[in-house]
Amino acid sequence: MSVDLSVDVGGLRLANPFIAASGCFGYGLEYDEVVDLSTLGGVAVKGLFLEPREGHPPVRIVETPSGMLNAIGLQGIGARRFVADKLPVLRDRGAVVIVNICGSTVDEYAEIARILEDADGVGAIELNISCPNISKGGMMFGSSLQGTHDVVSAVRRVTTRPLIPKLTPNVADVASFALAARDAGADAVSLVNTFLAMAIDVETRRPKLSNIVGGLSGPAIRPIAVRMVHECRQAAPDLPIIGMGGIMTAEDALEFIIAGATAVQVGTANFVDPFVWDKLRDGLVAYLRRHAISSVAALVGTLDTTRG
Amino acid sequence: MPVDVDAVVLSNTQLSHDYNSVTLAAPQLADQAEPGQFVMVKATAGDHPLLRRPFSVFEIQRDGDGRATGFSLLNTRVGVTTRAIYGLRRGDRVRCLGPLGRPFSLATPPAQAWMVAGGVGLAPFATLATSLRARQVDTTLFYGGRSAADLFYADMFGALGVHVRLSTDDGSRGDHGNVTVPLRAAFASIDRGSPLRLYACGPTPMMRAVTDLAASEGRNTDVSLEQIMGCGLGGCYSCVVPLRSAAGTHFVRSCLAGPIFDGSAVDWERLGR
Repeated sequence: MSVDLSVDVGGLRLANPFIAASGCFGYGLEYDEVVDLSTLGGVAVKGLFLEPREGHPPVRIVETPSGMLNAIGLQGIGARRFVADKLPVLRDRGAVVIVNICGSTVDEYAEIARILEDADGVGAIELNISCPNISKGGMMFGSSLQGTHDVVSAVRRVTTRPLIPKLTPNVADVASFALAARDAGADAVSLVNTFLAMAIDVETRRPKLSNIVGGLSGPAIRPIAVRMVHECRQAAPDLPIIGMGGIMTAEDALEFIIAGATAVQVGTANFVDPFVWDKLRDGLVAYLRRHAISSVAALVGTLDTTRG
Repeated sequence: MPVDVDAVVLSNTQLSHDYNSVTLAAPQLADQAEPGQFVMVKATAGDHPLLRRPFSVFEIQRDGDGRATGFSLLNTRVGVTTRAIYGLRRGDRVRCLGPLGRPFSLATPPAQAWMVAGGVGLAPFATLATSLRARQVDTTLFYGGRSAADLFYADMFGALGVHVRLSTDDGSRGDHGNVTVPLRAAFASIDRGSPLRLYACGPTPMMRAVTDLAASEGRNTDVSLEQIMGCGLGGCYSCVVPLRSAAGTHFVRSCLAGPIFDGSAVDWERLGR
């Protein structure tokens, strides 16, 4: 039985639902030797500001039970250099590129979106309004409904690309942020970014991260992320969702898809196993065959909450 | 090109209460490995610990025809992964991704090579010594540990024709003091103009001290840094090293640009740990 893995996320067409998560896959080209980038559903590149950034000093990551904290601080080459140096190569490799952008101001988001509007090979724009590790920008916008509205609507005015705000889980009611994003013109939302967290070395009584706090990712957060995708799906059934949070296996991805995600992003798992992508696809195909479902799209949001 | 292999443990030699060396069957990986390169190791199944850990390739195993059959890791138990590696049994499997990183630049005669190792920092120098001796480079190993019980494989280096200078913090073997004691003496006996390459691997304060001592003698040191690393392939940006240049200090990913760096370019204050 042939199964159709392709999905459409708010106008972004993907050959399969597995996207490399922003911040976990560099600019994609780091993996050129080990992964055929055209076999991924998409590549969400590391978050870009307008200008290059150095990020935080080490220590930048620390392991925690079934997860990790990071506070990288969005080290990056800036939007213009990305467009000049990385984007043409990604296009040549056949990658579907989702450009993750970040700004210290609403105007900076719009300025980057304008630069990307003139570039070839941008599949979609993911708005980073959820990075918990920077003093200005990121979660500063995404943790207020007004900030979410302001960034999304400002970028909507200047871009024709599919627009996908990435939501933070560090709010009381994530679904209200999905609605705010939708009402401001988002084509889809992606969730969740990392959970603001902290780890302490008790011997030295110092924080383990140089930034003191960081974002928690990995299997530890998965059940919370699944619940949040479910809530967004309930609140906005017509708004496509890209789900993420600790996906290590096809079965993990299926939880998100059944909860309502049209596609998923995979981040931390790629650190552990850069060859995870084939396993995810194979596992998804096997599941669909086993359940005689002809397409991934038909599975999205099919959660059965009736009492058996 | 790096490969990811489920390598079978061929042997585990427990060298002391803390140190061991594990031999792994991994011909494809071992065949490609160059001195100074590393492997990302996942020694336990499941989600805790979640991430792999970087290890230097220690020895390359070869069959009677000289073909690479596997490699070994030199390990000291400090955390969850290293405790698991200490306890490995023959037949266990260990996930290994590599070889990764940029190798050492090899000295060429008439230059001498001085390798300066502290503790488990000995690991990258077995393959380096083999390559240097194959080029007939006059090679010396300065090797320091806490006590005599923490020094291993000195004979193996000696058998390669490497001059070995040992030191211990407690004076139980070799010079009394840290590894800079015999190193300082060696600088006193070498002509300042004679060609020399220095390599260092060990605890960060030791590599910094060696870099500073060498710099005071007008010499550069190639240091093999051990930053906390998430992926080994450039994806996570966690293993950065602050490098000084004319344009200022920049964070450079150790997995791609390193783990070997010119010690004089490292901003040691901002290295972390």
